[in-house]
Amino acid sequence: MKKREVYLDYAATTPVDPKVVKAMEPYWGKFIGNTMSLHSQGQKASAAVEKAREIIAKFIGAETEEIVFTGSATESNNLALKGVAEANPLKKKILISSVEHDCVVESAKWLAGKGYEIKEIPVNREGLIGFEWFLGELSEEILLVSVIHGNNEVGTIQDIGRIGNVCREKGVLFHTDASQSFGKVPIDVKEMKIDLLTVSSHKIYGPKGAAVLFVRNGVAIKPILHGGGHEGGLRSSTVNVPAIVGMGKAVEIAEKSKTENLKIRKLRDKLIKGILESVEDCWLNGDINNRLSNNVNISFARVEGEGLLLELDRRGISSSTGSACSSRSLEPSHVLLAMGLTAPEAHGSIRFSLGRRTTEAEINYVLKVVPEVVKKLRKISPFKK
Amino acid sequence: MRSQFQYSKKVLKHFRNPHNLGKIKDPSGVGEVGNMACGDVMKLYIKVKNGVIVDVKFETYGCAAAIATSSVITDLVKGKTIDEAIKMTNKEIIDSLDGLPPIKIHCSLLSVDALNEAIYDYLEKERKEIPKEVQERHKRIKTLEH
Repeated sequence: MKKREVYLDYAATTPVDPKVVKAMEPYWGKFIGNTMSLHSQGQKASAAVEKAREIIAKFIGAETEEIVFTGSATESNNLALKGVAEANPLKKKILISSVEHDCVVESAKWLAGKGYEIKEIPVNREGLIGFEWFLGELSEEILLVSVIHGNNEVGTIQDIGRIGNVCREKGVLFHTDASQSFGKVPIDVKEMKIDLLTVSSHKIYGPKGAAVLFVRNGVAIKPILHGGGHEGGLRSSTVNVPAIVGMGKAVEIAEKSKTENLKIRKLRDKLIKGILESVEDCWLNGDINNRLSNNVNISFARVEGEGLLLELDRRGISSSTGSACSSRSLEPSHVLLAMGLTAPEAHGSIRFSLGRRTTEAEINYVLKVVPEVVKKLRKISPFKK
Repeated sequence: MRSQFQYSKKVLKHFRNPHNLGKIKDPSGVGEVGNMACGDVMKLYIKVKNGVIVDVKFETYGCAAAIATSSVITDLVKGKTIDEAIKMTNKEIIDSLDGLPPIKIHCSLLSVDALNEAIYDYLEKERKEIPKEVQERHKRIKTLEH
């Protein structure tokens, strides 16, 4: 019997859409120019990149010159925090949420080592930031606020429009990491008063190796990579033309497939409901209403997540876990801990993230498998009900 | 080649079908080590007759490495005398699993600790003399846990 393959780790990365592959194809061997070259080959490459820039700018309501291409969301987030800090030396306070991706956390830590005061905005059990605390802390002295839009682990979506508005009123810069939400939740940088925004290509069926940092006109920022002055001097490096063309195409497809999120959301809800009904002593992590359309994150009491992940994998299901054992630091997920879960509760968490190719038959299969593997692992565990 | 984060086939084999899983009804000794916060808890039961470990069972909450090392130590220990079992090292466990990822080495220590605690429990209950090395390990384990 052929082993069933059910990929439910779209939040980690997505397959590249065949239409994206096709759009990229000419830029490997046919249009090979360097965007900085003056010859017509270079101009063709440059035009392709500019077209992608226009598509992405339009998608988030930005101006084309506000779109900076980078190599990854990690790079965009590094550039946002370090670049803004470098360009605005008079303010030394930064607020980040306590549920940021590691690349924001680590960039902030690095700045803390350079004398910056970093404070973490607490979140509630659902992962939503505490607005009262936030408003109490927000002042003109703060340089930058960075809050992730859609959380990569638990799927909670923050009200970035509200955060943007209060930051703008105080003259505080606002950055949001929209790697997970982009293409799923509408974003308008003007309306939401966003100053910096991170977007990734490989989370939206584009290739790896391309990402964007939106930098609002007028925001002072300095590069972290120095060289030939590409991307308006903000990101020196030979421009990755095929990847950027692919990212542009991926955004174009996302724009046209708005009903897709509704379909995925239905499957997501079926998966959540099915697991909660069929397995005892488990619960959903993250906010049920303000939630990414593709995210399912469930903790199973008395089970350790790595074992669960491997047992699911053995049955062809790809998932992810916040367990300490699976992390390279041997620490449980800082996101789940920030939400107030205990370490054992965080160890038992599994994330399923759905996507474009997810089918109802796959969800039915997962719903059949999950109770079996949880039962098996609970049998091994010394903790009984 | 395996990446340094991947498990060997043997680890996966033991994890998927652990040997000697469960409890012993009337054990001669029980050892429980680890804690929930770290994500590993091992409980090892031994049955001793005439100084020989005739049966051994385990229950483990933890990752694949924790479960596999528990399983393999039960295999290695069964039929050994208490004196032989005391001399077991985590290297034997790692070797018989064809290696462990570096960050999972502590799981093999945990299973050796569980065995030590089960032996300590047995010797104490039987009012037998507890060898110095077992006592020292017991002390270290107890201080580590908190």
